[in-house]
Amino acid sequence: MSHRPATPSPFRPKRGIDQSVLEENRALIQAINRRKLLRGSLSLGALTMLTGCDVTHRDSVQRVLKAVSQWNDRAQAFMFRPNHLAPTFSPDKVVKPPRFNAYYDVEDLAPVKAEDWKLELAGLISDKRPWTIRQIYDLPEQEIIVRHICVEGWDYIGQWSGVNLRQFLEGIGADLTAKYVAFRCADDYYGSIDMASALHPQTLLATKYAAEPITDPFGFPLRLRAAVKLGFKNPKWITSMEVTNTWRGGYWEDRGFNWFSGI
Amino acid sequence: MADTRAKPARAWQPLHPLAIRIMHWTNAVAMIVMILSGWAIYNDEVIFGWLHFPNWITIGNGPEGALQWHFLAMWILVVNGIAYIGYGLSTGRFRRMLLPIGLAEIIAEIRSVLALRLAHDDLTRYNAVQRLLYIGVIFVIIMQVLSGIVIWKPVQFSELAYLFYSFQGARLLHFLCMVAIVGFLLVHVTLALIVPKTLVAMLDGGPPVPREASPDVAPASSHFEKLAP
Repeated sequence: MSHRPATPSPFRPKRGIDQSVLEENRALIQAINRRKLLRGSLSLGALTMLTGCDVTHRDSVQRVLKAVSQWNDRAQAFMFRPNHLAPTFSPDKVVKPPRFNAYYDVEDLAPVKAEDWKLELAGLISDKRPWTIRQIYDLPEQEIIVRHICVEGWDYIGQWSGVNLRQFLEGIGADLTAKYVAFRCADDYYGSIDMASALHPQTLLATKYAAEPITDPFGFPLRLRAAVKLGFKNPKWITSMEVTNTWRGGYWEDRGFNWFSGI
Repeated sequence: MADTRAKPARAWQPLHPLAIRIMHWTNAVAMIVMILSGWAIYNDEVIFGWLHFPNWITIGNGPEGALQWHFLAMWILVVNGIAYIGYGLSTGRFRRMLLPIGLAEIIAEIRSVLALRLAHDDLTRYNAVQRLLYIGVIFVIIMQVLSGIVIWKPVQFSELAYLFYSFQGARLLHFLCMVAIVGFLLVHVTLALIVPKTLVAMLDGGPPVPREASPDVAPASSHFEKLAP
């Protein structure tokens, strides 16, 4: 440090400048370019007009958007009708096979072996013994033929069967007053839903599609199928379920999609 | 109309009262955010294979951000829209400014527009084509909100969803209403720029009109008499 002044300023930081902010925001800094900056400043101006806030930084815009998205979670929970059923359809409307969708291409799919698979339970559950797929197949089965809607805008009608999630939660002694039911998956996907949606009569732990065991690309052996949620709120290849009051977020939610995402 | 502007016998108020101007510009900003973020959401799953909106014109930097913007601006649009409709109905502004619409007047007006006679001497009175366009765009925006609610919540509002035939029906209508709104916006802004005093009036309130003819700020009792059938 050849430019170090002879008399250090009293305001000079003792331990140099804190680099952790740069580290934490590395992706953001790399993503900055001229066009984004211009567009960002436009958005910034628009937001200032919208809210009257003194928005002076791009991060502030992101914070406002995130806060509004969280407010929208609460608004959706308030609007949710716990016993209102999603429209159902006749079997001839069912699309076979369903549409594949994951955060990777279908070629990169790693199928789950049924014999190695277990459903682990965690959190506010009194009986946390894991389940094999045989044991789950033996549970009473419910079938729903409902519309699957993706956040992108496409949809199809699917026929899903499996154990009703409310019945399953009651059976394992879950705390039904907890806030969330969270899932982890064999492909490292993860997600969580609100308890009210978990207890909806058309929310299943699905094992079958069109009366046949779900095939590998669609979540074999076990996936969530909630008629009141967008597609990405239905984790596939589930390996563990947790009942909790702790916020668990989700794969797409942590990337900016709305968490509640009820339909 | 010159005589009514001659002497302030009673109280006067601007053609566009402050509340209208605030609601107009709030709506303008919210609607533009809705349109530009909506284009990014559309791009994520296009309805027409030949139509993608250029990314540089959209808001949100991809679908996640665009959805955040869309679901922020929607509250502003709806709350502002409800306030505007409530104001227009309760003060009689809609009835005074937007009615009646005569077919003969519309035809005459279209003829004069086609003949490039855009005389817009009297700002305080909308012509028949203006009335039709304003009523039309209010109706389209209401349809846009309803189809948007169905796209957002097709299960919670399943009763409403049947009106649009299917989820994709609601998506298509939402798109077509957007086209209508953008079309209105282009005409509206073009005409405002051709006759700049209309634009100025939406900023400074415009020429004074007699308060009696515009009971925007008249006491509540007189409204009810006027609104009574």
